[in-house]
Amino acid sequence: MTKVKVYVTLRESVVDPQGIAAKEALQTIGYSEVESVRIGKLIELEIAGTAAEIETRVTEMCDKLLVNKVIENYSFEIGEVAGK
Amino acid sequence: MRFAILSFPGSSCDVDMLHAVRNVVGEGAEIVSHTDAKLENYDAVLLPTGASYGDYLRPGALAQSSKSIEALKTFADSGKPVLGVGNGFQVLVEAGILPGAFLRNKSLKFRSGNAKIAVQNASTYFTSNYEQGQLITIPFAHEYGNYYVDEDTLHLLNETNRIIFTYEDENTDGSVANIAGVLNEQGNVLGMMPLPERAVEEIIGGTDGLPLFQSILKNWSEKNVSHA
Repeated sequence: MTKVKVYVTLRESVVDPQGIAAKEALQTIGYSEVESVRIGKLIELEIAGTAAEIETRVTEMCDKLLVNKVIENYSFEIGEVAGK
Repeated sequence: MRFAILSFPGSSCDVDMLHAVRNVVGEGAEIVSHTDAKLENYDAVLLPTGASYGDYLRPGALAQSSKSIEALKTFADSGKPVLGVGNGFQVLVEAGILPGAFLRNKSLKFRSGNAKIAVQNASTYFTSNYEQGQLITIPFAHEYGNYYVDEDTLHLLNETNRIIFTYEDENTDGSVANIAGVLNEQGNVLGMMPLPERAVEEIIGGTDGLPLFQSILKNWSEKNVSHA
């Protein structure tokens, strides 16, 4: 079983109301150096297959369901293939 | 006319839609479970609001895993009318049947109330019983009502008159170009965040949603009922 971490971020053209609220909160509590906050998602998968298979399959999963490419970008990291 | 109200786990307002169509508009309507993928015997499909699949991942996203979405795409491709309201609009967007995507409200709050919206195109299957530019009041209730399309898509929607409704009061949700409802390219699929089924009787505060259902009925009847 291999662990895969999918990072989902909002596209740059998309306004992130949560990020803006968090940035303002950070500034309010004294972190005035913060110029921008963008909030995304981390999706962790545990998945069977070879690294090449996982690469192909996870790309499909992101394109079909995990990510909405109208508003989001993604990247993923494939961990060490366990077993064998 | 036979309406299917396509219901997913968490579609909480299917009964409101059923009441509006069956008891107020007076047409045949049934709630169809998403597990029953047969839609071909219906004349129109309505996607109600609620929080299908708990709004997990993104509102409307997980409905794609239902077989009924394939049936819905086939139905929509056949040219028959499909209306998605609230979460039903989000399902249509996530399924790629309508353009765009939804973000959380700019206020970060769930908001509900009465939206004043303008009918920007009164020559569609869904709006022909309204006047062009008419201002109507329709209830809304959403946390992810912040509609987003990129600039190219916005330009295309404008050019082809597919922005059907716009918010005319303070657009606190942040929708691009104040968009409250859009139509597909073929003209037979409408998605809108305001909820017309909640505005069909005076006793519940207004009837501005009624002409929408009557438009569907009229346009369907003109095509399908012989006046011989």
